[in-house]
Amino acid sequence: MIAQRDLARAISAVENGHGSFAQAAATLPETARTAPAYVVGITGPPGAGKSTVVDRLIENFRSAGETVAVIAVDPSSPFTGGAVLGDRVRMQRHAGDRGVFIRSMASREAGGGLAPTAQEAVRLVERAGFDVVLVETVGVGQVELEVVSVADTIVVVTVPALGDGVQTIKAGLTEIADVFVVNMADRPGANRTAVDLTHMVRESGRETPVLQTIASEGQGVDALFAALQSARGGATNAARAVRFEVLRAVRDRAARSALAKLDEPAARAIFASLAAHACTRRQATDALFELFFTGG
Amino acid sequence: MPIKVLVAKPGLDGHDRGAKIVARSLRDAGMEVVYTGLHQTPEMIVAAAIQEDVDVIGISILSGAHMTVFPKLMRLLEEGGASDIVVIGGGVVQAADIPKLKAIGVREIFDADATTQDLIDGVERIVREHGRAAARTKLLQANAAP
Ligand SMILES: Nc1nc2c(ncn2[C@@H]2O[C@H](COP(=O)(O)OP(=O)(O)O)[C@@H](O)[C@H]2O)c(=O)[nH]1
Ligand SMILES: [Mg+2]
Repeated sequence: MIAQRDLARAISAVENGHGSFAQAAATLPETARTAPAYVVGITGPPGAGKSTVVDRLIENFRSAGETVAVIAVDPSSPFTGGAVLGDRVRMQRHAGDRGVFIRSMASREAGGGLAPTAQEAVRLVERAGFDVVLVETVGVGQVELEVVSVADTIVVVTVPALGDGVQTIKAGLTEIADVFVVNMADRPGANRTAVDLTHMVRESGRETPVLQTIASEGQGVDALFAALQSARGGATNAARAVRFEVLRAVRDRAARSALAKLDEPAARAIFASLAAHACTRRQATDALFELFFTGG
Repeated sequence: MPIKVLVAKPGLDGHDRGAKIVARSLRDAGMEVVYTGLHQTPEMIVAAAIQEDVDVIGISILSGAHMTVFPKLMRLLEEGGASDIVVIGGGVVQAADIPKLKAIGVREIFDADATTQDLIDGVERIVREHGRAAARTKLLQANAAP
């Protein structure tokens, strides 16, 4: 296995823009692989137990003789750019194991939960020879979970919902989840949440498994591991990944062109009439929208 | 690019309030802080520092074990080819031990009276002096194909 220091430095290089991905990759000797790495995305709200689940999964994959890299992404403060990267706290048991590599990354400016260079980090650990890559990201309400463009299988971790039920799980998540995990099944409401989720999945015409775990005790994780292994190498997620890539590209482009148009005379006229109370906010919004999407 | 710091709390004593406060203060100063939690062995700290490719390792010491923790840490860093990572400490360290720690390569010890602002300024200054960007880009320049 490759020197961890070299791998860590190559990741920093892409993270900090000190070279292209190709340059960074060229610093790592090519390892002989029989198959691409199996990339599993683990996403869900803060505190749901994602890191604890990851910690347990590392153990399962290691017992199966596979090497495991973890890329754990935490949000950067939009105000200071700083971040506390605390996911390792739950993964300390693997500290002495050379077959495990854990890297935390701050999301920096990325909106969709995945650092812009996290995808490249995944490709670098893959190149370094790791068999399995677990990518932990925070999914906070945002549906645009960029993890889909990098993961073969996506696990959405949630906790027993009180009151509102699973409304908190955004519809977009049913679309991307390959496996749902209701973690903290030691808390009240777990069964109910799992049933609600199962209904939601069925309604959208899917058969996504819904599992319950108590990750802090390791309970239910074997079933999750089995679900991951059976999803592995199965139906490819290339189509889903491409769909999201396209969506993202379209969104970025639309946003850029809209922003540019906001400075044009036609848009300024609308702002002026809003300022003069000559139209309502709603009318101004509609007029601007018209302007953006009719090429006006 | 933000300074990346690992904050670790070795030893057996049971709380990490101080280390967490430090971690949050450094974050608020715009740094990326890898927090590893309680009961860290020097082996765990060095493994994490290498994987995370941090600029600075900040050790929070209360237990009086500094004269065993720091030498071991410095040796493991050297063995891991990572002596360029700056090591600093904070907490309760007898004045007489500070020169001994500096002699083995610990860059700075912040005593219990240091404010979080002292710490932030100290980390920023040390990283500036240490020429971090250069150290981090070296690899790519050395390896970049012509
Ligand atoms: N009661 C209970 N606590 C858990 C369980 N899984 C994780 N935790 C705890 O929940 C907290 C947050 O876990 P963490 O893995 O850091 O969540 P993350 O933010 O989603 O990565 C930690 O204190 C864990 O020990 C569980 O199944 N039951
Ligand atoms: Mg986490």
